[in-house]
Amino acid sequence: MAVQAETLRATGRVARRQLVSRLSRWVLLASALIGVGILLYLGYETVKEGAGRISIDFLTSYPSRKAEQAGLRSSALGSAWVLGTTVLLALPVAVGTAIWIEEFAPRNKLTTFVKLNLANLAGVPSIIYGVLGLAIFVRYFGMGPSIMAGAFTLSLMIIPMTVIASQEAIRQVPPSIRDGSLALGATHWQTIWHHVLPQATPGIMTGIILAVSRAAGETAALIMVGAFTFIAFDNNSLPVANGWGSLLDDFTTIPIQIYNWTIRPQPEFRQNAAAGIIVLMVAVLSLNLLAAIIRERFRR
Amino acid sequence: MTEVRLRTQLSDGIQDPQLTPPAAAMTATSVATRPIIDPPETAVFGLSELNLWYGHKHAIGDIGMKLPVNKVTALIGPSGCGKSTLLRCLNRMNDLIPGVHIKGSVTYHGQEIYTPHIDPVEVRRRIGMVFQKPNPFPKTIYDNVAFGARVNGYSGNMNELVERSLRQAALWDEVKDDLKKSGLALSGGQQQRLCIARALAVQPDVILMDEPCSALDPIATLKIEDLIRELVQHYTIVIVTHNMQQAARVSDYTAFMLADEHGAGRLVEYGVTSEIFTNPRDRRTEDYITGRFG
Repeated sequence: MAVQAETLRATGRVARRQLVSRLSRWVLLASALIGVGILLYLGYETVKEGAGRISIDFLTSYPSRKAEQAGLRSSALGSAWVLGTTVLLALPVAVGTAIWIEEFAPRNKLTTFVKLNLANLAGVPSIIYGVLGLAIFVRYFGMGPSIMAGAFTLSLMIIPMTVIASQEAIRQVPPSIRDGSLALGATHWQTIWHHVLPQATPGIMTGIILAVSRAAGETAALIMVGAFTFIAFDNNSLPVANGWGSLLDDFTTIPIQIYNWTIRPQPEFRQNAAAGIIVLMVAVLSLNLLAAIIRERFRR
Repeated sequence: MTEVRLRTQLSDGIQDPQLTPPAAAMTATSVATRPIIDPPETAVFGLSELNLWYGHKHAIGDIGMKLPVNKVTALIGPSGCGKSTLLRCLNRMNDLIPGVHIKGSVTYHGQEIYTPHIDPVEVRRRIGMVFQKPNPFPKTIYDNVAFGARVNGYSGNMNELVERSLRQAALWDEVKDDLKKSGLALSGGQQQRLCIARALAVQPDVILMDEPCSALDPIATLKIEDLIRELVQHYTIVIVTHNMQQAARVSDYTAFMLADEHGAGRLVEYGVTSEIFTNPRDRRTEDYITGRFG
């Protein structure tokens, strides 16, 4: 019996299944558009509100009770100091931890427990790290509401996610490379240093930069540490020149300055807040761009 | 039909019919009657009652054999018979696999290598290894060859060593103008010869090869086989291969391994390659090399 063209048309169940299949495409597109749409709208509103305030003066002025004279000078400096110190503290600890877990850790209950809880630590709300920082670094170690205390607190916060990213990067290095190196009489450490780490570097860099981006926008933890404060001086003395230098200075950061402006009643301060957000977003996006460039460069 | 013909051929070549007991009787007979020879040359490796477990899995069982100096010894057998595991025992490459447990003895020039005061790094720099899949480092050709010598503290002329190693691996003429190019830019066969050059640069006296040609085309395979025959004048080579023609072409001695009913690899037959291929004494060896299983 010859098959008639008519019978190859989708009918009944097939037609229904195909309908669902075609619809799914548009539903999924819609859900993607909701996220992007909201983001674009927020960006548009922020730029509309704050673009007018962006100027060299805005970047180089201290905070002020007059909105038109206030600027990001001390908070931008504070952010740079805190983030720089955070990276210096967190990177070696996180990479060291990741190497130990992936390369040396014995397989027992304790290490399994530690590995499982790294993910939990990465999910702990930042305010908890803030309370911890206040109790331990600010009070117990007597650092006060300083850059050092803030950096230690943010380091604690980003170390778990940096460890996880670094572990992932180290695991991506093919075992054949390790075997090749070991078979040549290289020691375990030489193998890690010459082959595993160089190949894991792009992944580790990406991880640390994404973590720093998160720390750059962190407000709650630093408010707990005591960075919600009026700073009208520069944190500008390097630790080598004068003991601990600015590391023990009071400080504030861009997101805290933004928060500070948003809670003022005057509408002019809202413009300042919007402008601050633009600066912070440009800074964070630049960091992410840097991460992408480093990744590509190392991949070659 | 075929079977009958082969059997006839076989019994023609054998003087003592008692040496080919049926397979069933084989497992029951004592170790002494297994067709395993002692090569007359000086032994580089001596294995006795070597057992290895991956966790609870018994991977190789009671291997006892001697591997002669300046000869190519081939390990053949079906997948999962433990040939690669056995090879990796010889330079302690199994050490880093979690859960590995080794019993028995492996001597290297008479020195037991599985004792606490023996350092695996010292073992590996004397016993080089080439892997199944070419695994050059993502570095320049020069650095690939120089790496092993550098980490071992080589203080001589590095350029000379790199050139000598690449010449020995029959790769120099193809890469001498591109030493700064990435090792990954080479073809598969060239990459494998680069890996051989890399192993030679550490100046070992043994080279272990784990199916070195299984990822290569026939022409590249032929080049590596020629190279093996060239290298065996100065080095002792142990090669694992799936390719029986390859074993017949390149090796002086052949060991046939087979997993027992529990999955543990056993040494079934070991002898001069030409004997093994023309005149196997164990029924299972004969079945394997004539392609009846495996």
